[in-house]
Amino acid sequence: MARDVVSPPLGHGTRSGWKRKLPEQAIAVVLFLSSSLSILITVCIVAVLLFEAIAFFADVTLWEFITGTRWTPLFSSKQFGVLALVAGTTLTAVLAMAVALPLGLLSAIYLSEYAPDRVRRVVKPILEVLAGIPTVVYGYFALLFVTPILRGISGDIAVFNALSASIVMGIMILPMVSSLSEDAMRAVPRNLREAAYALGSTKLEVSTLVVVPAALSGIMSAFILAVSRAIGETMIVTIAAGQNPSFTLNPFIPIETMTAYIVQVSQGDAPAGSIEFKTIFAVALLLFVITLVMNLLSQYVVSRFREEYE
Amino acid sequence: MQILDPILQTHGLSVYYDAKKAVTDVDLDVARNRITAIIGPSGCGKSTLLRCFNRMNDLIPSARVEGQVLFDGLDLYGHDVDPTEIRYEIGMVFQRPNPFPKSIYDNVAFGPRINGFQGDIAELVERSLVRAALWDEVKDRLKASALSLSGGQQQRLCIARALAVEPRVILMDEPCSALDPIATLAIEELMRELSEDYSIIIVTHNMQQAARVSHYTAFLMVEEARVGFLVEFGESRQIFTNPEDERTEAYITGRFG
Amino acid sequence: MSIISQSQFQRRRARRKWMGRAFYGLCLLSVTIALGMLALLLVYLLIQGVTGIDWSFLTSFASRHPDKAGIEAAMLGSIYVVIVAGVVSFTLGVATALYLEEYAARSKFAKIAKINIANLAGVPSIVYGILGLQIFVHSLHLGKSVLAGGFTLALLVLPIVIVAAGEAVRAVPPSLREGSYALGATRWQVLWHMVIPQAFPGILTGVILAVSRAIGETAPLIAMGALTFVPFTPDSPLSRFTVLPIQIFNWTSRPQAGFQEAAAAGIIVLLVILLVMNAGAVFLRNRFQNKWEG
Repeated sequence: MARDVVSPPLGHGTRSGWKRKLPEQAIAVVLFLSSSLSILITVCIVAVLLFEAIAFFADVTLWEFITGTRWTPLFSSKQFGVLALVAGTTLTAVLAMAVALPLGLLSAIYLSEYAPDRVRRVVKPILEVLAGIPTVVYGYFALLFVTPILRGISGDIAVFNALSASIVMGIMILPMVSSLSEDAMRAVPRNLREAAYALGSTKLEVSTLVVVPAALSGIMSAFILAVSRAIGETMIVTIAAGQNPSFTLNPFIPIETMTAYIVQVSQGDAPAGSIEFKTIFAVALLLFVITLVMNLLSQYVVSRFREEYE
Repeated sequence: MQILDPILQTHGLSVYYDAKKAVTDVDLDVARNRITAIIGPSGCGKSTLLRCFNRMNDLIPSARVEGQVLFDGLDLYGHDVDPTEIRYEIGMVFQRPNPFPKSIYDNVAFGPRINGFQGDIAELVERSLVRAALWDEVKDRLKASALSLSGGQQQRLCIARALAVEPRVILMDEPCSALDPIATLAIEELMRELSEDYSIIIVTHNMQQAARVSHYTAFLMVEEARVGFLVEFGESRQIFTNPEDERTEAYITGRFG
Repeated sequence: MSIISQSQFQRRRARRKWMGRAFYGLCLLSVTIALGMLALLLVYLLIQGVTGIDWSFLTSFASRHPDKAGIEAAMLGSIYVVIVAGVVSFTLGVATALYLEEYAARSKFAKIAKINIANLAGVPSIVYGILGLQIFVHSLHLGKSVLAGGFTLALLVLPIVIVAAGEAVRAVPPSLREGSYALGATRWQVLWHMVIPQAFPGILTGVILAVSRAIGETAPLIAMGALTFVPFTPDSPLSRFTVLPIQIFNWTSRPQAGFQEAAAAGIIVLLVILLVMNAGAVFLRNRFQNKWEG
């Protein structure tokens, strides 16, 4: 093919018959702005919460907020001790973890170490389904199925109680614990297991004495994330645990969590600028800080204690 | 040795990855419409050198180039030169055939399409496939997936794809190392045909191939500092029968590498 | 050094074996409990709700009378809100993933952004609702509208899209990018013509995951001001609205048995919608993935 067209000097734009290209710089800027948005979101969350929370703390001392145990902002005689809500959140989260952690970890061990591939391929997606069910459905289940059963066992259990909500919350969180722990365990290389088997270990010993310790940072991180999830969970506790803030550890009576309180006030008619309205932000700020600390902790655990297998 | 009217020239070309020097001070002339081979032991910087010619090293953030690379007198690394424009003029074929997961037609048409070619693309595709000695084998199934071709056919497709943007130089980075001997011979035959109209630079670790195919050969090697440098450059006939440098002789007689 | 006797070893071995079997039983029991609860939940729902689903249920509005209750307003509200959330999170999510994986890969900005995204994924959903209330409803004057709700949910599910799109983009082989660059493509051309089409199945999966999450969310929309009783269908992006989960929540909280059956029926509808979406996702993903296999 004889070259009958002389190409123009390089770098001066067009070749004969070939079009120009879009300004690359503009596209890079647009994409950069879009990714800055994610940082902007965090900034906005903090700003929005702080703004009203600071106004709240002009009226209520931080001390009373953090150490008081009676929470009655919606009544005429107002007390602002958030520990009542924190107690509710803690109680439900702990009970939920008591369900989710053992069941989740054991399920993970089953899927990672025992289950034949066929079974795993079927069971794992089904567990994912559990994770994908909307929480309002779980709330329904807790109030209308689990609670009557519990009350059938013991008449002393109230209609709204922490136990029912916690059990269901535990089931909801189980797939998260199971999936993350299983990922951590499957990352443990085969030769570690094989070495243990070659020494005559049983599967139980290999799983609990070799694999789990080798995957420990991932499993711990999964646990922490699960707790954070339980703390932030809203609908199950709103529907089934009650709206009665109470500084108690009794799982059989109504309580209120931080998240349920926010729903309660949001549904009401608190006018913007009123103290009731501002409590939303103070509680939400506390909630945000707690979950943020837990999430950072879980990332720290993985990065600091990550096992080297080579 | 002196090349009259070289199409590409390097003067004092060095390449760094961060602080580590990979290739040092290469002065090389590439003859127009000839095949120039770059040979040497592994790790001596042959591919790094090759990728300077179409500024593919720009894609590696830590890579840095010193010295000059002239293309028909134009400094390729001048600050008003757009690297993407260079790559129409100086095309590249890679070690492992990398056809796009598209149809055969769309593979060859990819380059012209993204560059806004206004003419008859179907005709350009046919011309390129003919030039790459692939047309007869695929003309009835241009819409088939490129991944359904054999290794040798895929590499010829990649050559057709490179030809479709109408370059003047074709860089080939060990183009036959992933192919069987029959496919290799087909590619070598193709190279000889193409060299009538294109200037070709081929990096190869196969000395017999370099001897068979190229008109000129450059020999690179590394010293202890693991920096590649040019040992000798000359007509292939002379390099392979009567090299001037004893290190070249040691390499081609298989004493190392 | 003392060596245990043969019989000691045999006894221990027997006990270890027995413990191993018991442990296996325990693990199996855990999985069974989890799956069993799921089965229980679904069966209970079906029993309670399936009789309540008929055409009038799907096309009426909510009402004070349980037997006249319908979910038309809630369903439409859900669909509109989720469309807004899907479109917004898709565009922003893909753009962000492209920037972090291609333009700013390995930069400090990308590291910070990725940590930030991981943290955003862990923020309780109700906090997003409060954010939406202050920013979209008040500051941007969108009111408690479908648009504000959609944007709020978009922010909530954005991390899901970003992570899925990021993985999909990373999975595109470097050899395809190199081949494109060598033909004279600019960075954006490589992304638009090669990387995005290749990564599309993964991106699509991410969007479907995000939308599935969004359609089930209740708390953020309550916090942001969605209604719980809506006797009209939303007719514009700025109109007030409710969504299916909120309607379900509302009915669940009422004492009359009729409402509780309505809640069950509504849940079944919601789960069917989710099932259809996810099945569609799997189907679409397989279709795109197998296109060019050689």
